[in-house]
Amino acid sequence: MSGLPGLPQYQPKSRFMKWFEARLPIGGLVHSSFIAYPTPRNLNYWWTFGGILTLMLAAQIVTGIVLAMHYTPSAALAFDSVEHIMRDVNYGWLLRYMHAVGASFFFFAVYVHIFRGMYYGSYKAPREILWILGVIIYLLMMATGFMGYTLPWGQMSFWGATVITNLFSAIPIVGDAITTWLWGGFAVGDATLNRFFSLHYLLPFMIAGVVVLHVWALHVAGQNNPAGIDVKSNKDVVPFTPYATIKDAFGMSVFAIFFAYFIFYMPDWLGHADNYTPANPLQTPAHIVPEWYFLPFYAILRSIPNKLGGVFAMACALFVLFILPWLDTSRVRSATYRPLFKQFFWVFVLDCLALGYIGSQEPVGGWILAGRICTAYYFIHFLIIVPLLGWVERTKPLPPSIADAVLAKRGGGGVPATATAAPERRG
Amino acid sequence: MAASPAAGYDDRPEDEGDDVATTLNHTADEPSRRDFLYLATGAFGLVGAAATIWPFIDQMNPDASTLALSSIEIDIGGVAVGQEITVKWRGKPVFVRQRTAKEIADAKAVEVSTLRDQNAQNPNLPANSPATDANRTAPGKEAWLIQIGICTHLGCVPNRGGTYEGWLCPCHGSQYDSAGRIRQGPAPENLHIPPYQFTGPTKVKIG
Repeated sequence: MSGLPGLPQYQPKSRFMKWFEARLPIGGLVHSSFIAYPTPRNLNYWWTFGGILTLMLAAQIVTGIVLAMHYTPSAALAFDSVEHIMRDVNYGWLLRYMHAVGASFFFFAVYVHIFRGMYYGSYKAPREILWILGVIIYLLMMATGFMGYTLPWGQMSFWGATVITNLFSAIPIVGDAITTWLWGGFAVGDATLNRFFSLHYLLPFMIAGVVVLHVWALHVAGQNNPAGIDVKSNKDVVPFTPYATIKDAFGMSVFAIFFAYFIFYMPDWLGHADNYTPANPLQTPAHIVPEWYFLPFYAILRSIPNKLGGVFAMACALFVLFILPWLDTSRVRSATYRPLFKQFFWVFVLDCLALGYIGSQEPVGGWILAGRICTAYYFIHFLIIVPLLGWVERTKPLPPSIADAVLAKRGGGGVPATATAAPERRG
Repeated sequence: MAASPAAGYDDRPEDEGDDVATTLNHTADEPSRRDFLYLATGAFGLVGAAATIWPFIDQMNPDASTLALSSIEIDIGGVAVGQEITVKWRGKPVFVRQRTAKEIADAKAVEVSTLRDQNAQNPNLPANSPATDANRTAPGKEAWLIQIGICTHLGCVPNRGGTYEGWLCPCHGSQYDSAGRIRQGPAPENLHIPPYQFTGPTKVKIG
């Protein structure tokens, strides 16, 4: 991508920058990655979520670091120290709500980002490694979110940690030893809380490391785009700055408005009231549920009437994402040109939302059956529909280039000649 | 040592060569002494690396202070018939219940062959003891049901309830009968019984 001819190279201007650049070419790296970097000219607002995710990761790290200055990772003191943050620490309430609501918004953004990748076929060659790195980031986010939710040491923290760590006890033979090892005791307790705090502090930096690899892989393969076709000439691209920079900044600003609304007006709406009750190892709350962003997987876990089977199905639901690039046999990337896949994509989105809702309900009566049907469809989508569509689907003709696709859309008729007359006046 | 100075190592027949020549002449299916040294050094290094990693893994296992708390003594004198107390042992709830005559009779009436988990799950008895009502309690103390109050599914604490005069787990709906045996729901095993013994008429040592 960066090898396209005719793009400006970084030229250090001052004597100092020339001296510096000859020793550490960081100016050239920034210039080629974030200024002159050619981005497809047809990127829509779904593409701003990459930038939004970077912003959220930074926000979580910054708020997390300052919260750690006031938090005490001890079973006896953790709950009180969180209340201390809420009541006594200057702006503690704001920082904690930014962090807690921020986790939810981080997951919301990552789900949009993942579904966008699925819709436009961003996981297909040559972007398989880019996609796999993304799935690794998602798994690290899940581990981080889960451990972070344990830290306030409320009832949901404690029992969520108990149920999730007990998943490992389903592993034959060594399951109990692994669970005891994770706990550092014979139940979730002080030792568990301490190690979760340590790892919760570590994992975001590991995420940041994998994000660097993710962006690196992105800049090697180049961005996918709504047309799903490769960049062919300089007419297909615009420089990252100002086009993508400003568009990303606008996307982040709009996202931040919703984020701020939740922080200031409904900070506990996405949480659970039971977590304002201190952890009690002798009493499980009447209805325990994980945070909303884990609900679809929780529904899959519960829909299998066998302990090991449920844990296995939940693990498979995540690991199937790793092999998605090879399950999809279609050579056309974007759903825009795949009429059947487009419909099945939206059915799949509905299935995931349904699984999320089912996961929040008590597993009785019709919810059990609904959970089983939706779980079955989740796997049918990945293992049968997606591979089969590549063979049976008649795709629409692809535009010759990104520029043609853009101009056809602007002109409304698909004739580039009419569009080129005044492309910017017809939108 | 008979080879002429002009001849390269590779020209020499193997059986005539000295040690160095033998080493350099070896073929893939004839490992040399150097191959052996590489492997041995590598294996030794691997053992060293594993030995170095082990403390970092084992530090997460229960520490000495946690293990030291592994037995408690309780007084059950105040528990009336049909009453139950919960005590904490190794961070887990232990239910101590003095069962009513009806609960005992109903539990005894159940055929072991109809149970999902036919193992008594009682470490005070030999492994694989059948899950009869008698095997769920201590000899001569059939009224006292002492069990770990942790659902064998995913570790929640069951409440009194369900349709078997026993316990109902609030998380995923497992039901246990009046002997703490799994009867319905996703849990695979009966409620586990802790190691315990009666040290006096109303004294029990758990652990």
